[in-house]
Amino acid sequence: MPDLVLKGKAIKLGDNISTDDIIPGRFAHLRSNLPELAKHVLEDVVPGFASKVKLGDFLVAGKNLGLGSSREHAPVVIKMSGVGAILAKSAARIFFRNAINQGLLVLLCDTDKIGDGDELEINFTGGMIANLTSGITLSCSKMPPIMSAILKEGGLIPYIQKHKDFKL
Amino acid sequence: MGKTLAEKILSLKSHSKAEAGDVVIADVDWAFVQDTTGPLTIRQFKESGFKVLAKPQQAVIFLDHAAPSPAQQLSNDHILLRRFAEETSCRIYEVGDGICHQLVAENFANPGDIIVGADSHTVTAGALGAFATGMGSSDVAVALALGKTWFRVPESFLIELNGVFPRGVYAKDLILYLIGQIGADGANYKALEFGGEALARMTMSQRLTIANMAVEAGAKVGLFPADKITQEFLMEYGRGDNYKPLYPDAEANYEQVIPVNLDQLEPMLSLPHAVDNVRPVTRVKGVKIQQAFIGTCTNGRLEDLAVAAEILKGKKRHPGTRLQVAPASRQVFIRAIEKGYIQSLIEAGAAILPPGCAACLGLHQGVLGDGEVCLSTANRNFKGRMGNPEAMVYLASPATAAASAIRGEITDPREFT
Repeated sequence: MPDLVLKGKAIKLGDNISTDDIIPGRFAHLRSNLPELAKHVLEDVVPGFASKVKLGDFLVAGKNLGLGSSREHAPVVIKMSGVGAILAKSAARIFFRNAINQGLLVLLCDTDKIGDGDELEINFTGGMIANLTSGITLSCSKMPPIMSAILKEGGLIPYIQKHKDFKL
Repeated sequence: MGKTLAEKILSLKSHSKAEAGDVVIADVDWAFVQDTTGPLTIRQFKESGFKVLAKPQQAVIFLDHAAPSPAQQLSNDHILLRRFAEETSCRIYEVGDGICHQLVAENFANPGDIIVGADSHTVTAGALGAFATGMGSSDVAVALALGKTWFRVPESFLIELNGVFPRGVYAKDLILYLIGQIGADGANYKALEFGGEALARMTMSQRLTIANMAVEAGAKVGLFPADKITQEFLMEYGRGDNYKPLYPDAEANYEQVIPVNLDQLEPMLSLPHAVDNVRPVTRVKGVKIQQAFIGTCTNGRLEDLAVAAEILKGKKRHPGTRLQVAPASRQVFIRAIEKGYIQSLIEAGAAILPPGCAACLGLHQGVLGDGEVCLSTANRNFKGRMGNPEAMVYLASPATAAASAIRGEITDPREFT
């Protein structure tokens, strides 16, 4: 479960960041070596991304984040890089579900109101994001209760370890 | 209130009255992984504490993405997958057997089934009327263990297909055109359902090409009704008994209805670096290509190889253009040999690759160099997709790929058909 209130700095990305952008297929040989794979996260989009991220930073994207492949390694390496939560205008279906399954919070909101480097405070329970830099408050869309429940347990595997089954 | 195909299948499999927007828990008929998502699935399965599969004979591992393996790490992943198959008695398809989605269509998918695969193009089996969708490794791990998963029942778009494909225009051109219209996120979380009088003439091979790319518009599934053509396909592959007709209700509720008149279509292309960056071939003609790639789960079937072979027969690839062909499955390969297509392709200068994903995802067998351009019959052209962020990938039909391989530049296939 992400903390009820998260604070961090925005790292802004554009629209249509694909899972090939997040972790290209050419690194498939590193998928069983996640720490090594994570060094390459988003490197084709933001050179040196892995070394630039500070623990708790927020990845702030435009529309259709994570389109493409079902590789769950994409949210895995984003989380490993230290990103505390993802904000996007919209997110591709499989990526969204994979991120939640990895216990990585994804909130959908109007990210045009967030600039690169802005200080943000996310109140997950209230579904609100405060942009401390601009003073603007953003509301975000709600996820189905089962996704909130999975997120609350820290991801699908801890959820299943605890509940042994899906509970609607 | 009538039901869409998606609502019908999810109602049946969740033993409830499923309507768009509901969240249901549904039985999973088939769950599968491939070699780049399977290792994480196995680790998640074991970390959850699971030891046995809910339905071992309906669980499948495919070694297709990095097959034959180009790296020791991937070879070790293959060992892990083979061991898991031994431990759990699930099915496994080896290097050279073919691409997961083609093998699912040939061997497993039935109308009304729910299929989850750790691969986004799992939607391909929607061609047979199966609710087939891609998921991540964790979701498939749990589906393998419990034999079920949760779904939000999608709203559906009805794509109403009428008319006849003109000469030189194929299913690939139709789905590229549609994705250009809908946009890469236009059907996010939705079901694309195909209908209209043109379905009566649409072969299973064409349906598989179309369903395969539903995910490129963001869709959860690309569903075709199960009809006479589905029945004939199932009979051909020895499971005619599994056929049951499956149609949406007449009064089903669609979020959108998109009519497409096939008569008015022309050969289409996706331009780098987005699948929805679609233009008619006539407007992109003349772009030089260093590689043409015919194959993949989108366009590696017998009909596709037949079209390419017919265009390339007695001709040669352009000296500046490599031509690579990968049949989608062993069976496709054998039939293409029997029919002489492979001979025509080899004589035209093609390099024939083993059945599998080949160059599609940039691991091996045709990784592009800096500044190179590939015309591919695959489904994705994202930056870096074919192994090099400095390369450009255009997507088109096998006919356009074959014609362009001859000229060495993007060419309207109607000049050869």
